[in-house]
Amino acid sequence: MRAFFAPWMVGPNAEPTFLVWIVATLVKMIAVFTVYMVGVALLTLAERKISAWMQDRHGPNRVGKGWLQPVADGVKNFVKEETYPDAANLPLFILAPILSFVPALITWSVIPFAAPWGSVFGNIEMVLAPLPVGFLFILAISSLGVYGIVLAGWSSNNKYALLGGLRSSAQMISYEIAMGMSTIPVLLLAGNVSLSQIVNQQAFETWNVLNLTVAFLIFLVAAFAETNRLPFDLPEAESELITGYHTEYSSMKFSMFFIAEYANMVTASALMATLFFGGWDIPFTLWDNVAPHTALKTLLTLGCFATKTLFFVFLYMWIRWTLPRFRYDQLMSLGWKLMLPLALAYIVAVAATIVTLDALGFEHGSVPFHVGLVLLNTAAVVILFMIVDRGRLVSPAYSRLDRRDLEKLRAVSSPHRAQPVSQAGD
Amino acid sequence: MERTYLPILLLVGFVVTNAVAIILISHLTLRPRPTAEKQTPYESGMPVLGDARERFSVKFYMVAVLFIIFDIETVFMIPWGAHFRQLSCGTDLVAGVCPTGQLSLFGLWEMLVFIAILLVGFIYVWKKGALQWD
Repeated sequence: MRAFFAPWMVGPNAEPTFLVWIVATLVKMIAVFTVYMVGVALLTLAERKISAWMQDRHGPNRVGKGWLQPVADGVKNFVKEETYPDAANLPLFILAPILSFVPALITWSVIPFAAPWGSVFGNIEMVLAPLPVGFLFILAISSLGVYGIVLAGWSSNNKYALLGGLRSSAQMISYEIAMGMSTIPVLLLAGNVSLSQIVNQQAFETWNVLNLTVAFLIFLVAAFAETNRLPFDLPEAESELITGYHTEYSSMKFSMFFIAEYANMVTASALMATLFFGGWDIPFTLWDNVAPHTALKTLLTLGCFATKTLFFVFLYMWIRWTLPRFRYDQLMSLGWKLMLPLALAYIVAVAATIVTLDALGFEHGSVPFHVGLVLLNTAAVVILFMIVDRGRLVSPAYSRLDRRDLEKLRAVSSPHRAQPVSQAGD
Repeated sequence: MERTYLPILLLVGFVVTNAVAIILISHLTLRPRPTAEKQTPYESGMPVLGDARERFSVKFYMVAVLFIIFDIETVFMIPWGAHFRQLSCGTDLVAGVCPTGQLSLFGLWEMLVFIAILLVGFIYVWKKGALQWD
């Protein structure tokens, strides 16, 4: 047996042969695709269970005590009747779900999801395509998702769908700018566009969330807007637009929009973990980053990456039940008038700090270099908080009221606790 | 080269095949029972008023035009960001570090000028009210 495999056993540090490489690639491709499809099904269940938990109700609990609900939904969607509206533009109507599904499920291909595995068949990278331009690829592909939504909205020939599609396109392209700009500081530190190198740089130095918190916050908000999730779910605002761009869709075509939305959510979470939380890096140790790359390390780092990603997925659902929906003009002014100038100013600030720290003689990547960056960053976060908050949390709005007005308001809002209002001044 | 880009091609093929298969399978299992009412655009059960192919707010076009400008700015910034350390060094980097005394402000100034030019445009757009939704 060993003799049969001998031509392909090149040792743990060498490049695998082409045959081994192509088998590994196919296995990775099908495995991650399956994880995505099953994961999306489970996420719809998780979403409903978490919603139920946050609102103190039961959630799905009938089909297999709730656990088989995604299966039931899937089967139902496959056998449901398909409707094609008479007025719809049929080719585009069918093309739209495909155009939304495909980009959502190919973006993950450049994200490294575990430490490389040094097997006897060679060193197998745990990323599907180690592109040197990984980050550009993600920006390019994720913006293709807009086409699916716009075409769905327009081809349905339904007013609600059209409005949903228009809103969505304007929102996604607006926040894409902030999203792209918030990652430039990461590139300034990493000096590279490849995601594997960004992970490595964070593993040997510090996680970017400490160095570049403002960039992370911008990226987080932009990711919520890009995936059309609350508080930015204007494209499908149920109370205004029925379900927005997929109002006219039924059966599996409707499901494909759903799968795309959840897959985008997972990818955005994975990106946040990769760019700002060290990717698959296990914190406080370099054990996972140096050779020999055993299978155990690969499994542990995969678990670490999954944990980080799932945390952000949970954050998506948590925020959904925490914040109300934005108004459209607020959404646009947040994107253009706050996030864009903020991202630009932050790029300049980080670049200037790097040059200054270099000029002061701190070696790039050394401890004092990062302490300097963290200090700048803390100051930036405090200033940002003051600007965005405008004194609401530090000194609540009612603290600016006259004491007597305040007591009158309290008497209205909670009569049982109210102090008697002094009559002397009236 | 093939080991970097071939997987993407394979993946695109795989995902497109899946997408088409899903559409086809659900098309084959459907039992269409079309009625005239079912085929009309859904407007919350009310009789349909007019057509959806109407003019819509010019603001959406405006956003798209502005997006192109600022997205190109972002795209220009990505190579600059990735090569910032080389640009702010007078000579070649030695092991990823700039030799002592060779630091230059070239990279920083270049981008400051570029950002300043676009900032003028941004302020103009803002003052013109193109970012104002009402």
